[in-house]
Amino acid sequence: MNWITNYVRPKINSMLGRREMPENLWIKDPESGEMVFHKDLEENQYVIPSSGHHMKISAKERLRFFFDEGRYDVVENPKVVTDPLKFRDEKRYVDRLKDAKAKTGMEDAILSGTGTIEGLPVVVTVQDFAFMGGSLGMAAGDAIIRAFDVALEKKRPLILFAASGGARMQEGILSLMQLPRTTVAVDRLKEAGLPYIVVLTNPTTGGVTASYAMLGDVHIAEPGALIGFAGPRVIEQTIREKLPEGFQRSEYLMDHGMVDMVVSRLEMKSTVANLVKILVKAPVAAKAAEADILPPVVPVPERRPQA
Amino acid sequence: MYNYLDFEKPVADLEGKILELKKLAENGEAVDVGDEIKRLEKRSRDALRDAYKALTPWQKVQVARHPDRPHCLDYINGLFTDFTLLAGDRSFGEDNAMVGGFARFRGESVLVLGQEKGSDTKSRLKHNFGSVRPEGYRKAVRLMEMADRFKIPVVMLVDTAGAYPGVGAEERGQAEAIARSTSTSLGLKVPSIAIVIGEGGSGGAIAIAAANRVFMLEHAIYSVISPEGAASILWRDTTRSKDAATNMKITAQDLLGLKIIDQIITEPLGGAHRNAEAVISATGDLIAKTFSEFAGSNIDFREQRREKYLAIGRSL
Repeated sequence: MNWITNYVRPKINSMLGRREMPENLWIKDPESGEMVFHKDLEENQYVIPSSGHHMKISAKERLRFFFDEGRYDVVENPKVVTDPLKFRDEKRYVDRLKDAKAKTGMEDAILSGTGTIEGLPVVVTVQDFAFMGGSLGMAAGDAIIRAFDVALEKKRPLILFAASGGARMQEGILSLMQLPRTTVAVDRLKEAGLPYIVVLTNPTTGGVTASYAMLGDVHIAEPGALIGFAGPRVIEQTIREKLPEGFQRSEYLMDHGMVDMVVSRLEMKSTVANLVKILVKAPVAAKAAEADILPPVVPVPERRPQA
Repeated sequence: MYNYLDFEKPVADLEGKILELKKLAENGEAVDVGDEIKRLEKRSRDALRDAYKALTPWQKVQVARHPDRPHCLDYINGLFTDFTLLAGDRSFGEDNAMVGGFARFRGESVLVLGQEKGSDTKSRLKHNFGSVRPEGYRKAVRLMEMADRFKIPVVMLVDTAGAYPGVGAEERGQAEAIARSTSTSLGLKVPSIAIVIGEGGSGGAIAIAAANRVFMLEHAIYSVISPEGAASILWRDTTRSKDAATNMKITAQDLLGLKIIDQIITEPLGGAHRNAEAVISATGDLIAKTFSEFAGSNIDFREQRREKYLAIGRSL
């Protein structure tokens, strides 16, 4: 905000009697600065067509793009106690929650659904960064556990899209307890012989990585995502040095053996479907004509941003 | 001489005077100071009692981090016999911040794991101030799996400000190492006890803190983030650490109320550092009592532990 936007633009608008243009019709690519029309961006699953930069995406959109025909049944999230610590920092936690609910239309940071991907029944649970930074508190923890319970009960693979700044500090120790709690859910699914696929998206840091987000059978990362336990700022303060280029980005994690592959959002569904079908030994679909056979999954180097 | 905390000033003054008088008496420079010393000792005891009567959460943070507080190795030396330190994660290196080995506890075989902060400059550096790197957690996993195979129960002593935040630690998968350690401790078939003896700092602590029974020392703290970290993130002001410590509910008393820990181990007057022997032996007695309860029961320790964690927060 500056003098031009605060003063000059409204003045001109009022002189012309023009209605304020919605500001989000054109979205700027943070990498190239290029402006992209919102419809084009939406059609491309919020991946900038020219640069391949992956924008953040809401949980709802994520499920719509991921499930066959965008259809799924929402898994109802359990009710939990609100604000058990009666927490307040600069603002009351209950007010922060109210704002986040109004902003996202969600009750908390997790949305889960059951449906099919390329015909295979799965459970998908998504963390929405827009809801208080996707932070993990009691509501999100219980929602994740419920999704795992549904997968266990229906004997389906679970695919989790992680996006989180970490634990929800306003819930103190109760948020830390979501680490072991969700870990129990992950372990039970694995013991039942069901695949658990983690898709790491930008950003996934803190306590979330120290639990369910790093316990997948397979870890897939979207290009250029920040993924790490300690935040870059904390590390810089500790070591008092500049961090290496691309530190804690998807490609860096793959080089260090922490993720299996870096996959574009546009190929995420086919990649996951192909892999999970192999893991559950799903028969090759009878209708699969040659043209339907999926291309081999390889990370596309040119899509990697020069992070 | 103790390292006095700011709120212990009245005690420090009185104990300073007592020391002075004793010295004078020894040198023959003062006579008949016996009564005066006795009087001062009573006053200093009262002052200590006053100071510790109702510690604020921030004062507890200070006590929990007290440099003279007994640390992991003090408990190991005080409570276990035939302790055999084992080293290495078998893939990268040895991490002295995580101490682990098999030992006997009152005759019975146990695995002991814990973060060691060190007690002087040299040992603090050796143990990296109790901040564990991935290899430390992977060593913990290795030893826990071994304990499970040999049906040996596990005792975990938690004392860390947090896992080490460094470039190498991130490269080698700090997050994955912590997650794996938490998962392994939750999945043990043998019984386990975790005791927060000082600081239970976030994920770095939880990696070895998920157990069938979790105990905390009276002035220990256990938290999702350090008060300083919370102040800097939530208030954007590091001077608000006291508020963060208060609001986050990090004391043993708070955690007992939230049903996250099972029991509090009382500390001697003036904190664990004033009588390490007493607090270590009280801890030993509780471990013994808990193991004898375990021995008399016929429970599935893995299931009990998992259900215990799933139940946390559901009855608040």
